[in-house]
Amino acid sequence: MTAAKKEFVLAVEGLTVSFDGFKAVDDLSLYVDENEIRVIIGPNGAGKTTVLDLICGRTRASAGSIRFRGKELTKLKENQIVHAGVGRKFQNPSIYEELSVFENLEISYPRGRSVFGALMFQRDREVIERVEEIAEMIFLADHLHTSADLLSHGQKQWLEIGMLLIQDPELLMLDEPVAGMSVSERKQTAELLNKIIQNRSVIVIEHDMKFVEDIAHRVTVMHQGRILSEGSMEHVQSDPKVVEVYLGH
Amino acid sequence: MSTTFLNRFGSRADYIGIAVLMTLIVVVLPLTVDIFRLNLIGKYLTYAFVAIGLVLCWGYGGILSLGQGVFFGLGGYCMAMFLKLEASTPEATKIQSTPGIPDFMDWNQLTELPWFWEPFHSFGFTLIAIILIPTLFAFVIGLAMFKRRVGGVYFAIITQAIAAIMTILIIGQQGYTGGVNGITDLRTLLGWDIRTDEAKYVLYFVNAALLLLVIQLSLFVRHSKLGRIMVAMRDKEDRIRFSGYSVANFKIFIFCFAAAVSAIGGAMFTLQVGFMSPSFVGIVPSIEMVIFAAVGGRLSILGAVYGALLVNFAKTSFSEAFPELWLFAMGALFIGVVLAFPNGLAGLYATHVVPFIRSFSARRGGLFDRSVTFGGRVEEGGAK
Repeated sequence: MTAAKKEFVLAVEGLTVSFDGFKAVDDLSLYVDENEIRVIIGPNGAGKTTVLDLICGRTRASAGSIRFRGKELTKLKENQIVHAGVGRKFQNPSIYEELSVFENLEISYPRGRSVFGALMFQRDREVIERVEEIAEMIFLADHLHTSADLLSHGQKQWLEIGMLLIQDPELLMLDEPVAGMSVSERKQTAELLNKIIQNRSVIVIEHDMKFVEDIAHRVTVMHQGRILSEGSMEHVQSDPKVVEVYLGH
Repeated sequence: MSTTFLNRFGSRADYIGIAVLMTLIVVVLPLTVDIFRLNLIGKYLTYAFVAIGLVLCWGYGGILSLGQGVFFGLGGYCMAMFLKLEASTPEATKIQSTPGIPDFMDWNQLTELPWFWEPFHSFGFTLIAIILIPTLFAFVIGLAMFKRRVGGVYFAIITQAIAAIMTILIIGQQGYTGGVNGITDLRTLLGWDIRTDEAKYVLYFVNAALLLLVIQLSLFVRHSKLGRIMVAMRDKEDRIRFSGYSVANFKIFIFCFAAAVSAIGGAMFTLQVGFMSPSFVGIVPSIEMVIFAAVGGRLSILGAVYGALLVNFAKTSFSEAFPELWLFAMGALFIGVVLAFPNGLAGLYATHVVPFIRSFSARRGGLFDRSVTFGGRVEEGGAK
């Protein structure tokens, strides 16, 4: 209704990226509200991960704009986008294997991000408490000094979620957060995600439809770099186009 | 609180390591070898500065520079220019057609001192220049390369090219640089004759003190969050950007740090050896410097010192006996290190000696129970 005037947290407009002529994302527009949880679904190769890559600066857009709280992100570097308040979890657990759980979380703590800030960074009470608090949340309180490469796949996923959490981003992007997890890990992760997605906007890519149903406010269905359908879960589930390309299989 | 503070400069194992190394350098060696050999060891130790820089920049930062000789040389040349000017008083050079300028300039028909030599009349300027010129040069290279995300092998090749260019430039500009002979016949530092045995002793100890300072600084960097960011960056460079860090800035910093440290080594080299020449700048010496770090263990700051000492000691004794075979031995050594013990002497120490000491000290209440910083695994307790 007043969509044009409303201030979106994230406004993606006309976003296009082509790799050697192949348009992985084609004239895509997407608006995310304050505290909205948006799930992007779609068949493999639909361009879901590429959209996240574009938002977080990993891939440069060929055309279009990405505005985050009114700030244009397409011109910023990856680390500046993080400073702006966008956090991203990767599909494969992407943690620092040679560091301990504590150090992984500490590195993600949003202080001392410049060269000299990092050199003078003090591991003070505030940092230690925050790290311990997060470790508690991600079920790793007993593993603080374990080297990260010794964690199980699920624990690594949790650690990466924890690393995002400690960054306290206003927009959180999660790429298949429950993929490759055991049933019990999956359940724990769903609880964890429900806890951490409060009070922020979230974009999730997920294939697990049960999971999507549980958390999504709105669902965007992508197909061949374009948006096929958008709306509530019920709406997209009953959309014949969606059933044909994705859900029907 | 005090332990937290100390932890920022090194773990307990680091302090024991430093104490052992410093006892060796400052007490054992001066008491057991003559001044000729001690001066040689002093020379080897100037390479330790470069090797320490390489541990941080290559071992931790993952930036392999095959051109550290450039920074060593720049530091050395800055010092040599000052000493040369001091040695080129009008009285000392009155037989030249232009008295008062360095002898090689006179031989090359220069009739006045080039403008860029002028500031090197000042000792204060020289000291600043020794650090600042190589650091600025490293900064420019770093800015040009790392901001464009040039890394790995490409960066190594470029640094090697820079080393080659530098040598060619120095040799080609004979009138300004002393050419292939370098800057020789250096005599006094602020009127103090650096060629006497007594001066060599003093310079050796000054060098040892500077080395200690550089080791401490490096440990501080290594134990800071920046050190952990370097480890994370080497492991997953793409990921660290999404933790909010600018990879380029961190690489530039560590590359500049390595350059500054190498330059201090270069300046001390000039003082102790009494000359500086392009043979310490080019590709071959730069690669040798990487070998010192590799043999010592590219993740160990103290290992780098031992690496520089041992390889140079081997080089001197080997080339005294079989001069033509040294380069082959050096190549074999490098291959051996890479294949057989990739973490160098420090790695061997960590895998063979430390477990032995631990099992020994476990029975006696644990001296080494907290942390070990050698080898690939970095274990640290939380600072609680």
